[in-house]
Amino acid sequence: MTNPGTDAVHAHPNTMRNPGVPLQTDWFDQIVVNTQAAERRAATLTTRRTVKKEWQAAWLVNAIRCIDLTTLAGDDTPDRVARLCAKARRPLADRIMEGLGLDRLTTGAVCVYPTMVAAAVKGVAGTDIPVASVATGFPAGLMPLPLRLAEISYAVGEGAAEIDIVITRAHVLNGDWTALYDEVAAMREACGAAHMKAILATGDLKTLRNVYKASMVAMQAGADFIKTSTGKEGVNATLPVSLIMARALRDYGVLTGQKIGFKPAGGMKTAKDAIAWQILMKEELGNDWLRPDLFRLGASSMLGDIERQLEHHVTGRYAASSRHALA
Amino acid sequence: MPSVSEILETMDYGPAPEASGEVEKWLKARGAFGHYIGGAFAKPGKGFTTTNPATGEVLAKVTQGTSADVAAAVKAARAALPGWSKLAGHERAKWLYAIARHIQKRERFLAVLETLDNGKTIRETRDIDVPLVARHFYHHAGWAEMLADEFPGAAPVGVCGQIIPWNFPLLMLAWKIAPALAAGNTVVLKPAEYTPLTALAFAEICAEIDLPKGVVNIVTGDGETGAALVAADVDKIAFTGSTEVGRAIRKATAGTGKKLTLELGGKSPFIVFADADLDAAVEGVVDAIWFNQGQVCCAGSRILVAETVEKTFVARLTARLAKLRLGSPLDKSADIGAIVHPVQLARITDLVAKGQAQGAVLHQAACDLPAKGSFFAPAFLTNVQPANILSEVEIFGPVATLATFRTLDEAVELANNTRYGLAASIWSENISLALDIAARVKAGVVWVNATNIFDAGAGFGGYRESGFGREGGREGMREYLRAPTPRAKPEAETGRLDAAPVPGTPAKDGPAPIDRTAKMYIGGAQKRPDSGYSYSVHGKAGPLGLAGLGNRKDIRNAVEAAHKASGWGKATGHNRAQVLYYLAENLSAREAEFAARLKSAGIAKAAEEVATAIRRAFYYAAQADKFDGAVHSTKSAHVTLAMPEPFGVMGVACPNDAPLLGFLSLVLPAIAMGNRVVAIPAETMPLAATDLYQVFDTSDLPGGVVNIVTGGRDELAKTLAQHDDVAAMWYCGSASGTSMVEAESAGNLKVTWTMANCDWHGADGQGREFLLRATQVKNIWVPYGE
Repeated sequence: MTNPGTDAVHAHPNTMRNPGVPLQTDWFDQIVVNTQAAERRAATLTTRRTVKKEWQAAWLVNAIRCIDLTTLAGDDTPDRVARLCAKARRPLADRIMEGLGLDRLTTGAVCVYPTMVAAAVKGVAGTDIPVASVATGFPAGLMPLPLRLAEISYAVGEGAAEIDIVITRAHVLNGDWTALYDEVAAMREACGAAHMKAILATGDLKTLRNVYKASMVAMQAGADFIKTSTGKEGVNATLPVSLIMARALRDYGVLTGQKIGFKPAGGMKTAKDAIAWQILMKEELGNDWLRPDLFRLGASSMLGDIERQLEHHVTGRYAASSRHALA
Repeated sequence: MPSVSEILETMDYGPAPEASGEVEKWLKARGAFGHYIGGAFAKPGKGFTTTNPATGEVLAKVTQGTSADVAAAVKAARAALPGWSKLAGHERAKWLYAIARHIQKRERFLAVLETLDNGKTIRETRDIDVPLVARHFYHHAGWAEMLADEFPGAAPVGVCGQIIPWNFPLLMLAWKIAPALAAGNTVVLKPAEYTPLTALAFAEICAEIDLPKGVVNIVTGDGETGAALVAADVDKIAFTGSTEVGRAIRKATAGTGKKLTLELGGKSPFIVFADADLDAAVEGVVDAIWFNQGQVCCAGSRILVAETVEKTFVARLTARLAKLRLGSPLDKSADIGAIVHPVQLARITDLVAKGQAQGAVLHQAACDLPAKGSFFAPAFLTNVQPANILSEVEIFGPVATLATFRTLDEAVELANNTRYGLAASIWSENISLALDIAARVKAGVVWVNATNIFDAGAGFGGYRESGFGREGGREGMREYLRAPTPRAKPEAETGRLDAAPVPGTPAKDGPAPIDRTAKMYIGGAQKRPDSGYSYSVHGKAGPLGLAGLGNRKDIRNAVEAAHKASGWGKATGHNRAQVLYYLAENLSAREAEFAARLKSAGIAKAAEEVATAIRRAFYYAAQADKFDGAVHSTKSAHVTLAMPEPFGVMGVACPNDAPLLGFLSLVLPAIAMGNRVVAIPAETMPLAATDLYQVFDTSDLPGGVVNIVTGGRDELAKTLAQHDDVAAMWYCGSASGTSMVEAESAGNLKVTWTMANCDWHGADGQGREFLLRATQVKNIWVPYGE
């Protein structure tokens, strides 16, 4: 098997910021997306590519590096968050780490509600794991803008290094790009030094054209990452939606020279999903988007499945989750 | 093997080989294969080896089929025919169902074997070829079940000789065998010499399910074996392969009465409009020409891009090309496998070099080619003018040409600037535009915003030199059924046409008659024959008058005039019906005159003949807006339209018997469907047809829709059959004329329908069969969903 050269690997995660550009609707108002074709491409990504043996193990380890290990439940407590952080610090059992020949591995981040940020910061103290906080009236975002911005400031103040904001879906559905741009730009400003991930809630946007347009406006307004879903919509991360967002990332890169990150979130539960999304990234955007500075997987239960697969890789025996630490 | 830490740095895919142990064990156990004849494998004879094109390693030895082997297989098929064809449809359905089930149970075995023998990737054999094979047998189990209901009165053709290519070995086998068996035929199939193994594995499946012996026979061999099969005592030849061989088969079967279907080459356009989803179109190219190493007859090999988006499209295509992975076909992450044989590789390499020498610029993926095996890195070429060899010749490799167009009309012109007409891909988000182009492109299969989508429920087959006949769906079943043959009514041999004056009897007293001059009728005007000669038409009581002695130039002029009348094909069925009704009306007004003319020629049932002709005009007027297509049930969220389309310009050579009714029985269905015809009326009594000009002129029939050239039937028919700009030819006449027309039509592979004279007054003289023969089916695939 031969393959033309792999892309250069990013050396410094989380250093690039997207300065944004003025709103330019001509970058996207002519966009067409053929849904059937997008679905065909998405459906065959994982039939055209696969990884086996050591490569499969490495790709699963890489997925862990990119996971925003998440808890966003109504019953979250500081202790619950502490447990999550412990898993983020030590995502694989020592015996598996040893079997894989690895000595250091953490998840990409932990992701929590604003009031849990303090607990999370404490939980990851002493590591370089960033704490991400959802904000801006997550998940629906239907709160007055000043309150949403204040929520960002609060989370940043608590120590969040990354803020996952939600957009007002109505602005997309109504094609009110100025309103969307202004909203996201204001949030970006409120984030300050914290990286901003813009959640588009693609399940609410319905068409792939809308997904592309919302992606482009969010990037123009300065989003460092674009993210599919809150995990609370009827449909969350899907490969066709991710494909179109990846193409928007590519186009924004061509137009501005900026590399923007991508975060699928919600509904991805298996090691197979982790591989599928990485194949999508590699095929459509290149190896840069297989690093945590440009790629995150928003997931909670996925890590458990990956750990089972990796233990199987190491031992040759199928694994039981009861033998792995809970997140 | 690199460590996990090392792979984390490169994030390479790594090798992912499909296991081939089971298949290798099978090959080793067999070693050499004999033919499968009469339900048993014969002892391996003298033959050749088949190799894995990815490695050059020998896989097995197969037997070179001799004429005697072919004869034995045909004999076995012939012996099995009565039993098999008389089985109830339900019984045959059960057999086809069993084949489908067993293919599914052997799906991975067959996929791996196909990959080894052909070099195509395991992704394709596993996900595309083998599932389509199973689907084809299931679908046709259904046709077997319903045959009596769906095709009342139809009978199987008989013993079918089937010759298949190496690019989709098992799938082409399925496309041939499933409909043949469903319709009650028995078969002798010859797989391609490069790829015989899945056909032999299929034979083992036939044996495994205890299929009645002789129903399926497999004879391996090269082109000589194929030629022996063509020459053998079979009732039909179905061939998929090169246009060159197709032409030879057309000539070889001319006049034999063997039914023939040909699926030949293509140079299919892949048209990208400015309003297309360009990323979707780029992926389309991957599925078109970079699918199966470009060894796909219907591949979108000529990319035509709107000038305004060319730059973006080429940039994205180049980026996508760089992502393709070439390597071991058994690797699950390979996009491009091996070219089937070193001979093919040399051909591709040579053609591409020639094209480059003529100015084409090659953009090729920078793949490292494996040290051994036949590999060609995928590519596309720019700066390929229509005059470049690569625009014209089928490359049959993973290489597309790319050219630009400015306007919609130019896109259509470029798309149709080819001798082929197999498929077309149209990319535009404007449904009105896409369907407009779909209607105007000359191709048997059109995909809108998609490419290379196949299903057993839809017809597949080409226009022009891409062959004739359809495979799949209802239209495909028809190719394996014989409509009830009309009872032949022998015609008297006609003598040589004499241009010399014929002395008559001096006139008696009384007013002199005004001389009536019958001329050629070309482009709606009466034209003197180019030769300047006329011949006498004799009636019961002496000469009736003179008719022009037509020659090649009259035919040439008539064909040109017919081409100019292209508006007729675009008119609505209703419009055409109105003209045909009007024609009936005007003929009716002159019924007595026409009857008298026929009577003077010694026609016994003259009045009846005119009355039947009028009724016939009504019948085809009625059909003009009712003989329509279908929406096939294929994939979800796809509309698959099967549209009967006129051929365009047709030649029609008419019988001498029933000079008015025979002429109209052939001309009316042809024009009712939108064709323009050049008709050679009854040689012995052309005046019955030339009298019709005035009727045509007063019936709003546009000039050029019907052109009449009088003279020697076979001589004129030969010019028509040879004419490269005539798409179809009907011939009613002698056995030698039939043979001549079929042989001469090989030049542009026009569709022919030859028939013996029949009783034109009866049921044989009209019906749907005439309309089926006057049209070709275009399948248009329109996926939908937002």
